[in-house]
Amino acid sequence: MIAADIQVVLPELVLSVFAMAALMGAVYTIKDRAAPLLVWTTSGVMVLVALWIAIAGPQGSAFEGSFTSDGFSVFAKVMILMSGAAILLMSEGYMARHGILKFEYPVLITLASVGMMVMVSAGDLIVLYMGLELQSLALYVVAALRRDSIKSTEAGLKYFVLGALSSGLLLYGASLTYGYTGTTSFAGIIEATEGGVSTGLLFGLVFLLAGFAFKVSAAPFHMWTPDVYEGSPTPVTAFFATAPKVAAMGLFARVVHDAFGGVVGDWQQIVALLSVLSMFLGAIAAIGQRNIKRLMAYSSIAHMGFALMGLAAGTVLGVQAMLIYMAIYVTMNIGTFAFIMSMEKDGRVVTDIDALQMYSKREPLKALAMLVLLFSLAGVPPMVGFFGKLYVLRAAYDAGLGWLAVAGVLASVIGAFYYLRIVYYMYFGEERDALDPGMSPVLWGFLMASAAVMVVGIVNLFGIEPAAAAAAASLVN
Amino acid sequence: MTPAAFAFYIFATTTVAGGLMTVVSRNPVHSVLWLILAFLSSAGLFILLGAEFVAMLLIIVYVGAVAVLFLFVVMMLDIDFAALKAEMARYMPLALLIGVVILMQLGVAFGVWGFADGVEDRIAAPMGDAQNTASIGLLLYDRYILLFQLAGLILLVAMIGAIVLTLRHRVDVKRQNIVAQMMRDPEKAMELKDVKPGQGL
Repeated sequence: MIAADIQVVLPELVLSVFAMAALMGAVYTIKDRAAPLLVWTTSGVMVLVALWIAIAGPQGSAFEGSFTSDGFSVFAKVMILMSGAAILLMSEGYMARHGILKFEYPVLITLASVGMMVMVSAGDLIVLYMGLELQSLALYVVAALRRDSIKSTEAGLKYFVLGALSSGLLLYGASLTYGYTGTTSFAGIIEATEGGVSTGLLFGLVFLLAGFAFKVSAAPFHMWTPDVYEGSPTPVTAFFATAPKVAAMGLFARVVHDAFGGVVGDWQQIVALLSVLSMFLGAIAAIGQRNIKRLMAYSSIAHMGFALMGLAAGTVLGVQAMLIYMAIYVTMNIGTFAFIMSMEKDGRVVTDIDALQMYSKREPLKALAMLVLLFSLAGVPPMVGFFGKLYVLRAAYDAGLGWLAVAGVLASVIGAFYYLRIVYYMYFGEERDALDPGMSPVLWGFLMASAAVMVVGIVNLFGIEPAAAAAAASLVN
Repeated sequence: MTPAAFAFYIFATTTVAGGLMTVVSRNPVHSVLWLILAFLSSAGLFILLGAEFVAMLLIIVYVGAVAVLFLFVVMMLDIDFAALKAEMARYMPLALLIGVVILMQLGVAFGVWGFADGVEDRIAAPMGDAQNTASIGLLLYDRYILLFQLAGLILLVAMIGAIVLTLRHRVDVKRQNIVAQMMRDPEKAMELKDVKPGQGL
């Protein structure tokens, strides 16, 4: 019994044991000097675990249904681990240069990843909450990692206080749900909602969704995002923009389909509202931003709006579109942040987009890669980002949410402005002081690879379409 | 009204009042004391439910350790609570409005409250004659072992976080080196001089 259960959580177990071993090993030996080695080992282990999960990962349900490993969780976990590993590799050089490469950093990232893996596999409200807190707590700490900077500590504190508030909302929703249905397991909840949702349970559902919306930074629960993105060290911002977003969207999809799959009509309107607000807020509020990290924060809010649009469809196609969108979003963000991490002038970090004026003259290749990525983020055909948008729009349209699809197209056109403005600066701006030339080979590799994926991927999206379809089918039934 | 119901209403009222006073009281130390009252009365509620072990945990852990720690922190931190409150007061009307709206909505939810069909079957069955502590142990280390371990990981992260964010290795202070201290040889460490009376060195 217990042996079979442990078999299912083995990947999480392996990662947690690795994190603890790494912590102990570094504490008792050379401490922070072990950090570069640990960063590389950690991302190696994360890639290996991701491959293991993808190829021969354990499947099934464990601990009386409170932990499920199925096609959906496998897809989400592979995305989480791969993006986490990529960000770790990119961050090593940056963090070492700025003196914040501590050996606890890879350990915390690993533990956060374990939390995220639990989130997307949760089959019970309590497990869901535990995974969420494990992830959030580790993220609060890494946000404040540059503890001598006021901005970084402010980011950590703001994230912590607002995160605690959202956890409170979520717990309140969970307790209302438990009070109405008498169970915390998703299987029990879906059974209890067969005859529809009563007003009391609807309150529980709304509070739960508000908590999730905070974690995916969907408007109107997005207030923390720009400040946290701006204040955190850039590699940490890059991490925030990728793996936790995938995990939170996975959790969102898991709860609305596994626990509330019988009452799609009740949550569809909430998710559609969150989606339309996020898309427009992300598109309009970013126009005034000159700081590229804040700009990426608003961009992530808008992108989450699009991913939620797929979810709002409430169909298999919708979940598939959401997964494809998230995969594309994560790939684009890795490349874009690889570039942002290399933006320095005289060894100091620069985040002002004015610094990119006429960048193409000095670094034509990197400017071209950024052009591809920004076009893709804006959803300009024929880049891959366009196909991500196309999938969610089609899913929403097929589910009878034509108005949402129209709103999505409008928001996407508005949002294109600020991406294209950066492209304009890089190619047609006025001459300014040059940024430091050069870029570490790792960052360069990720930037170029990500840009190449955006162009080459249009052939068949690297075959993630059938994989996402299978994952979605295993979730929605 | 049965004695149990009477006790319930007493404890419930003091819990809510304690919680309210924690938030509104002007002096932060008083806030913590009100919080302790809220903990104590919720422990009373747990006893009414027959969960005496949880009640004792609440008193020992929350009142005995957490609240006392809060008290220390509040007394040691140099925070101008009056300035914080003044800042908050600016948003008071809006906050009150939202609070009242949410309260009314929750009233609506409470008014039409009804359990789902078959809720009795889904609520976990009582453990029979086993004692509270024994039953919790059986559940915690068996059925909920995953949750227990995850909670452990969360506490580990909290510990790592506290150390990462506060520990500073200072190089300009002398530290005690116990091994060196113990290995010190009196033969080499001191020199005996025989000083004759009436003479200097």
